[in-house]
Amino acid sequence: MCRLFALTSQDPVSPMLAIKALDVMREGHDGSGVGLFLSGLSGPFEDLTDCPILSGIFTTAGIRRLDKYMMDHDFMTKYKTSTRIFTAPPSGTPKRDVYLARAYEKPEAWKNMPQEQQEEEMVRIRLELRRMGEEKHDMTVFSFWPDTIMIKELGDPLTIGNYLGLDRKDFNARIILAQGRQNTNYAINLYACHPFFIQGICTMTNGENTAFLPIKEFLESRKILGYEGYQSDSEVFTHILHFTLKRLGLGIEAYKHIINPLGDKQIEEHPDGPFLKRLKETCRKLIIDGPNCVIGCLPDKSLFMVQDSKKLRPGVVGGKPGIYAFSSEVCGLDAILPDRDTTKDIQPMHLDTVIVPPTREEIHICRQTDPLHLQH
Amino acid sequence: MSPNRPITPSTLSPKDLPWQIDWNKSKCTLCGQCTTVCPVKAIELGVFRKREVKTPIGLLTPPKNEYSIYYGIRQKTDPAFSCIGCGMCSMVCPNGAIMPLHNDEKDKLIFHKNIGGKPRTRGGRRNESDSVLDRIKFIRISMLTDPAMDAGRHEFNLNTLLGRVLPPEAGLKAFQKNGWVPPVREIYPLIIGGMSFGALSPNMWEGLQMGVAYLNEEMGMPVRISTGEGGCPPRLLRSRFLKYVILQVASGYFGWDEIIHAIPHMKEDPCAIEIKYGQGAKPGDGGLLLWHKVNKLIAAIRGVPSGVSLPSPPTHQTQYSIEESVAKMIQSMSMAWGFRVPVYPKISATSTAMAVLNNLTRNPYASGLAIDGEDGGTGAAYNVSMNHMGHPIASNIRDAYLNLAKLGKQNEIPIFAGGGIGKNGNLAANAAALIMLGASGVQIGKYIMQAAAGCLGSESDRCNVCNIGVCPKGITSQDPRLYRRLDPEKVAERVVETFLSFDTEIKKIIAPLGRSTSLPIGMSDALGISDKDTAERLAIKYVV
Ligand code: SF4
Ligand code: SF4
Repeated sequence: MCRLFALTSQDPVSPMLAIKALDVMREGHDGSGVGLFLSGLSGPFEDLTDCPILSGIFTTAGIRRLDKYMMDHDFMTKYKTSTRIFTAPPSGTPKRDVYLARAYEKPEAWKNMPQEQQEEEMVRIRLELRRMGEEKHDMTVFSFWPDTIMIKELGDPLTIGNYLGLDRKDFNARIILAQGRQNTNYAINLYACHPFFIQGICTMTNGENTAFLPIKEFLESRKILGYEGYQSDSEVFTHILHFTLKRLGLGIEAYKHIINPLGDKQIEEHPDGPFLKRLKETCRKLIIDGPNCVIGCLPDKSLFMVQDSKKLRPGVVGGKPGIYAFSSEVCGLDAILPDRDTTKDIQPMHLDTVIVPPTREEIHICRQTDPLHLQH
Repeated sequence: MSPNRPITPSTLSPKDLPWQIDWNKSKCTLCGQCTTVCPVKAIELGVFRKREVKTPIGLLTPPKNEYSIYYGIRQKTDPAFSCIGCGMCSMVCPNGAIMPLHNDEKDKLIFHKNIGGKPRTRGGRRNESDSVLDRIKFIRISMLTDPAMDAGRHEFNLNTLLGRVLPPEAGLKAFQKNGWVPPVREIYPLIIGGMSFGALSPNMWEGLQMGVAYLNEEMGMPVRISTGEGGCPPRLLRSRFLKYVILQVASGYFGWDEIIHAIPHMKEDPCAIEIKYGQGAKPGDGGLLLWHKVNKLIAAIRGVPSGVSLPSPPTHQTQYSIEESVAKMIQSMSMAWGFRVPVYPKISATSTAMAVLNNLTRNPYASGLAIDGEDGGTGAAYNVSMNHMGHPIASNIRDAYLNLAKLGKQNEIPIFAGGGIGKNGNLAANAAALIMLGASGVQIGKYIMQAAAGCLGSESDRCNVCNIGVCPKGITSQDPRLYRRLDPEKVAERVVETFLSFDTEIKKIIAPLGRSTSLPIGMSDALGISDKDTAERLAIKYVV
């Protein structure tokens, strides 16, 4: 099993906080890797909300190739925080040349480009860089998106956090998703590390998606930019959410109806029954299976958690107005938010989607049996 | 050998026959039940003359012959009356005095089953026990990385969809706009495939229908049954049970006059319409109901005179091209029920199946494709068609699914597999293998005949006289003296038991794979086989 921790806070906090929570839960992961998603950035990135930030790991040669590529495409570096480390890496972590998070000013040509097209372009560039990197093994690119930094590395989360100096101001953020990896059946590849990201949508999972292969085949056959290169059975959760929001124009409350549709009897009794029946039929290939707890962040910076239809994985949400955290285990919450009212902690059950909106005032629970808010 | 006993090229000895009757004189009481029950008159009462040489001690009295006669069972060796190994004689014998035994070598009868220049016709199966499906293993076991599901405790969702499913975007758009969408039925993935009223006896048909109705109404399992080509009894057409029935139309259009006329009186729409273009047992041949079986009732339902053989043409005579066959026929059938009923073609598995499939993907009214593999059974066919014609089901289904996946239409056109599923008794495993190769469901025929009615057929050419109306179990006979052996209630009970045990077994397969929320269609990562070429051909894992 992996361990997950996410938090959303009015005031920017250090990602080390989330890593500490992972460390408290270390019995549940084997210290084989850590993945971080940071958004609502403060510090130098705060004012660059319009500038896509490229996150990844590069060799020195890779950086040179990156620079050339970005210059050729008329991107101007606005700010960067690159981490070059000269001490030896901790055991289990490979030696890397550069960890990079670099904000770019968009090219001139994008000025009059519709937003949607710009979003496509950013995915295209990320994919192209990934392909270039895979060819020469000199770049690993996690995200290219405004107000988003992603870091993934192999090794023990706490050790890596200290090694990379993640307590620097540059990394303070209002939204943090962190995963402590339990190495299972897939070979360790940074692209297989959670969280996964596409166009402002990020998710990470504790679980095993046993329906991975047919789902992957279905997503790939959609011919949607970015639905490719699956290295992890959990990556499809991100793309199903992307498909739900962007292609079907539905809200987060529909997500669970796609990945774990209600039974036929429940659908019949549901106020939106006919719609849900249609959704279940047409999205049948996106039904997930196996034990899974998904935590994610939406483009509007809401955080959410959903459980599989049998609730086979742990997950708890708690906090207080201004700061809420999502954790695989209560001990993770206790370590970070000891002064919250624990009686208000929520352990989402098999029908629930728990959402903390960007206002961070309270936790919303959306049950699958509730009516949907559909625009007709 | 007496000099006047003629020997012709076709004179055979019992040793030349596929089955030899082992009769035990000391147990036999000459009750005559075996000779009466034998469906092919392969045995008769025999009068045997026996000579005994009596040689007294000493030289005074010369030895002498004593003659006696005794009665017993004699096996005929005339090819027309050769034993079919059905074993009915042994079933009825009160003393266990008789039993057919299979020849230990290939029989000579096969060379003589063409007396009068007529090649052998028969019913049954291909008589080939090898099965790729049996060799497929389910290798992806969930254990420690993720807990396996519990087949006994967890909730499972095994139902599948029959009907054209729109892609998500189009399906939701049509919902918002209240537009027409193709009809879709949610059904159980194990379907009783087309066996006609006529091919089957009335008792068998009734038993199957009752079993299906019970599964639906009492057990909540949406099991469906295809009529085969032979129409549908008028009472069923006008009953609410019609919704459990897939009406089949084939090249003879038998029974369709009745069906069309019944449309205004139908209380329910049928589940679907299956247009049969081919069947796995005898690709390129139409249905065949020999005159033996065309009695008054059958004739009335089919709308034909009684006592004549009813061969269906190999193809639909009104059509001359695939566009014609697929598009127009599907469209007219859809129209007949106001576009509320899924309509799909059934073809025999063939290397050209992809062309049909590709055509269907472009036809918005096509609701699916049923593919029937070479191991399919039939009530009547030429031996050569059964044994040698046709394409194996596994690779055809796999190709079809991968082809759809490439087009992104794997959720839009369900593929149903038939032919040899459970031929060696491994129904759930075979069905699961096909589903994970990409089938949305499977059709069975022979299996349900064996399980629900005790059909004697096996893969070693046992019985197989379904075509001539003498089925000793009353399954495929129209002779009331034979079919009254079959109690429809008991058949129904066995149907229910078969489906319930299948349901448990399929859960026992998919639960350890960590699947429960949906039928694992196309979950090929769970499959493995110990043959490299097969693994490569099916794009599954090679495991030894
Ligand atoms: S096995 Fe069947 S065919 Fe052969 S003698 Fe017995 S009853 Fe007749
Ligand atoms: S028992 Fe009847 S149905 Fe079965 S093989 Fe014999 S004749 Fe055919």
